[in-house]
Amino acid sequence: MAETDSTILKMTGISKSFPGVQALENVDLSLKQGEILALVGENGAGKSTLIKVLTGVEHPDTGTITLFGRDTRVRSPQHAVDLGISTVYQENNLCMNLSVAENIIIGREPMRFLWWKVNLEGLSPSARRIIRMLVYIDWQTMHALAKKLLLELGVDIDVTQPLGSYSVAIQQMVAIARALEISNAKILIFDEPTSSLDLDETRQLFDVMKQLKQKGVGIVFITHFLNQVYEVSDRITVLRNGKLVGTYETRQLPHLDLIAKMIGRSLSGLDEMTKIKLRTMKTIKKEPCLTARGVGRAGAIKPFDLDLHRGEVVGLAGLLGSGRTEIASLLYGTETPDVGTLIVENQAVKNFSPLDSIKRGVVLCPEDRKGEGIVDDLTVRENIILALQASRGWFRYLSTPQQYEIAERYIKLLNISTPSADQAVKNLSGGNQQKVILARWLAANPEVMILDEPTRGIDVGTKTEIQKLVLTLAEEGKSCVFISSELEEVIRTSHRIVVLRDREKVGEFVGETDEQKIMKTMAGSEA
Amino acid sequence: MKTTKPFISWRTITESRLFFPLLALAIILAFDLIFVPGFFNFSTMDGHLYGSIIDVLRNGSSIMLLAIGMTLVIATGGVDLSVGAVMAIAASVAALMMNPYVLATELPPNLAKLVFDPHFTYSPLWLVIIVTLLISTICGLWNGLLVAYGRIQAMVATLILMIAGRGIAQLITNGIRIQIFYDPYAFIGNGWIILPFPLYIVTVVFLAAWIITRRTAIGLFIESVGINFRSSFFSGIDEKKIKLLAYAFCGFCAGVAGLIASSNIKTSDANNIGLTLELDAILAVVIGGTLMSGGRFSLLASVIGALVIQAMTTSILSIGVPAFAIQAIKGVFVIFVIVLYSDQVRGFIRRITAPKGVTL
Repeated sequence: MAETDSTILKMTGISKSFPGVQALENVDLSLKQGEILALVGENGAGKSTLIKVLTGVEHPDTGTITLFGRDTRVRSPQHAVDLGISTVYQENNLCMNLSVAENIIIGREPMRFLWWKVNLEGLSPSARRIIRMLVYIDWQTMHALAKKLLLELGVDIDVTQPLGSYSVAIQQMVAIARALEISNAKILIFDEPTSSLDLDETRQLFDVMKQLKQKGVGIVFITHFLNQVYEVSDRITVLRNGKLVGTYETRQLPHLDLIAKMIGRSLSGLDEMTKIKLRTMKTIKKEPCLTARGVGRAGAIKPFDLDLHRGEVVGLAGLLGSGRTEIASLLYGTETPDVGTLIVENQAVKNFSPLDSIKRGVVLCPEDRKGEGIVDDLTVRENIILALQASRGWFRYLSTPQQYEIAERYIKLLNISTPSADQAVKNLSGGNQQKVILARWLAANPEVMILDEPTRGIDVGTKTEIQKLVLTLAEEGKSCVFISSELEEVIRTSHRIVVLRDREKVGEFVGETDEQKIMKTMAGSEA
Repeated sequence: MKTTKPFISWRTITESRLFFPLLALAIILAFDLIFVPGFFNFSTMDGHLYGSIIDVLRNGSSIMLLAIGMTLVIATGGVDLSVGAVMAIAASVAALMMNPYVLATELPPNLAKLVFDPHFTYSPLWLVIIVTLLISTICGLWNGLLVAYGRIQAMVATLILMIAGRGIAQLITNGIRIQIFYDPYAFIGNGWIILPFPLYIVTVVFLAAWIITRRTAIGLFIESVGINFRSSFFSGIDEKKIKLLAYAFCGFCAGVAGLIASSNIKTSDANNIGLTLELDAILAVVIGGTLMSGGRFSLLASVIGALVIQAMTTSILSIGVPAFAIQAIKGVFVIFVIVLYSDQVRGFIRRITAPKGVTL
């Protein structure tokens, strides 16, 4: 291959599993000199795990990393830096109380002894240790150096001021300057660097990236903004569910195809799910059980209308950050809307809190299973009865036999594999933990279930089980709001699909199965 | 539902939450058995029971009470540093109510006679107790408000009352150590009904705490909030109210301990009542196996933890270590506890009790 010479990084067959989750499965990635490679995929696709493997934060279970033609084992983040791999993180890990110059040059300060500049580079560690006792930081040179580095990035600021006094965008630039400075980086990883930048700043960053590209630095660029992918990248690597979908030349991959690759494409036709769906289509009642009229919250979601009928599954489709989760929090009451009215069971909602919501019969299975779902030290039984008990209050305590009865019922119903109801839920696999949370909400006997990414990070078998469960519940007269990053799944499970883009409801489809049509709406005018 | 037939094996014993506190207690008592002659002797006088063991139980009652309240607070993921100061406040309030005349520096003879009369109190005893406990509960509520609704870190929030509390206690009594002569009040700390009276108080508070936490959903909610307050919030648990309750109860327990302590020494000594006792209470809870980060708790284990501390203090004194050196020896003991609770020792015990054929 002709390109072998310019390939500076090659990751082959990388796999990594965490308890309960296969985060990466046989993923390849290659990066050429002077190239910008975009790494895209929905949440949980494995992008960040792949970067962690590359930067030595995690060690892969299998697979090899070839760096500049040599097989390498990246032992630690510091080792990665020594190897010439630098990372600019989404949340920058800088010290807000130190000056800009200190942040950039920290650990490599220019030293002086009286009026002589002392260069410690290239000395043996022991000699360095001795000389260090005599010399002190040459502040003037340090500030000048920091200033010069930032000017190269097109930023002109007072480098002696504390970093915290500057905007997030400037901080991001400082992080980049540092990433470049510390390692003479050959490979630079940008982990969602633009999420906190405005348009001008983004442009500025892209100029810097292009400039670095000219110098021969290989750049891995992670972002959720697809138009930015098209703006700067040369090639695109797409991950989905921890697997490699493929690597493509940016010019040869249309926008729509990229989205299709990111969210997965259904190949099967009229499978079992579709049959159940058609059957349950008929049992949808006329009267709505949840109605939103102009409900919105500044900065979260523009006012939207939504009708949810008894026995109906409404899917929310949209890319990450399009407002899916925001709608869920408004309907559940973890956020209070600024405008509009929410009507549940013909009554306008006044009190917005999870507890009030549960009492109304509206429950939310949150997106973040670990942080907002399970209570990991409690047993399966306690996790299952938690919401039901919360709605009963402090004193109407379920007796132990009652608790076991409920827990055993749902363990059987949802086929939760656990040695016993007294097992701590943290010992269960991700899929089973998700089922426990579903059981918790089913036990609270809801009318409306909002499921935010209920199938994230769990295996295919359990996924299908959960999708079927949703439709079965609908058949029993319950209503569901189903949110997922995987469009295929949304289409398979929902009777009606609401499409969101840029925190706004932009369309609604009833019984639609044409992915292309929905994707076009998701992508908007750019498609 | 199929359950395995319960049987007692070494394994089930060592996996119990009570195992390590009891082991620590057993080690200290074994030490006493060897080095302190007569430690296990009992004697009766007027039908009441006396002995070193009884002393441990009686002197440990304050720490036991504080540990019960502290357990709930720590289980929510917080800590209450102010319990010692709240004890002082309680003592001052009680003393003031019984003898407000003391604040007048030169008492006329007729009043002085009243003040030193062991059968006279200005307020009836039941009122003294109720008001004192009410005020200490309010102190706890204050902590709870700061932590739950003010979102201040527990360590910082309760530090406020820890520092201010002794000042408040002094203000209440106008800087005077009020002596308490009233006999029925002395019974709270010094009375005996076969066993020392404080033990009955501890038992009642313990049972009340156990019923509140284990016979209602409150215990489950406390643990849930301590493990993951966001998940608990999403599940509809009012995590703020739960925290408020825990701190209020902790304040209540400190109030009871303050009553006992002041009754013991028959003054309202705002400078010394409950001094550094908050640290003993926290240590007791830790020995009882509740994590400082919150979560699972056991009231009984905490009470045993309190007894471990008191037994240790008593035995150090009985082998003739001077009182001023106690803190230093206690430090050594804390090291011993840390070693006992370390992963290495736990792993060792798990290994030697592992069922045959099962690898861990």
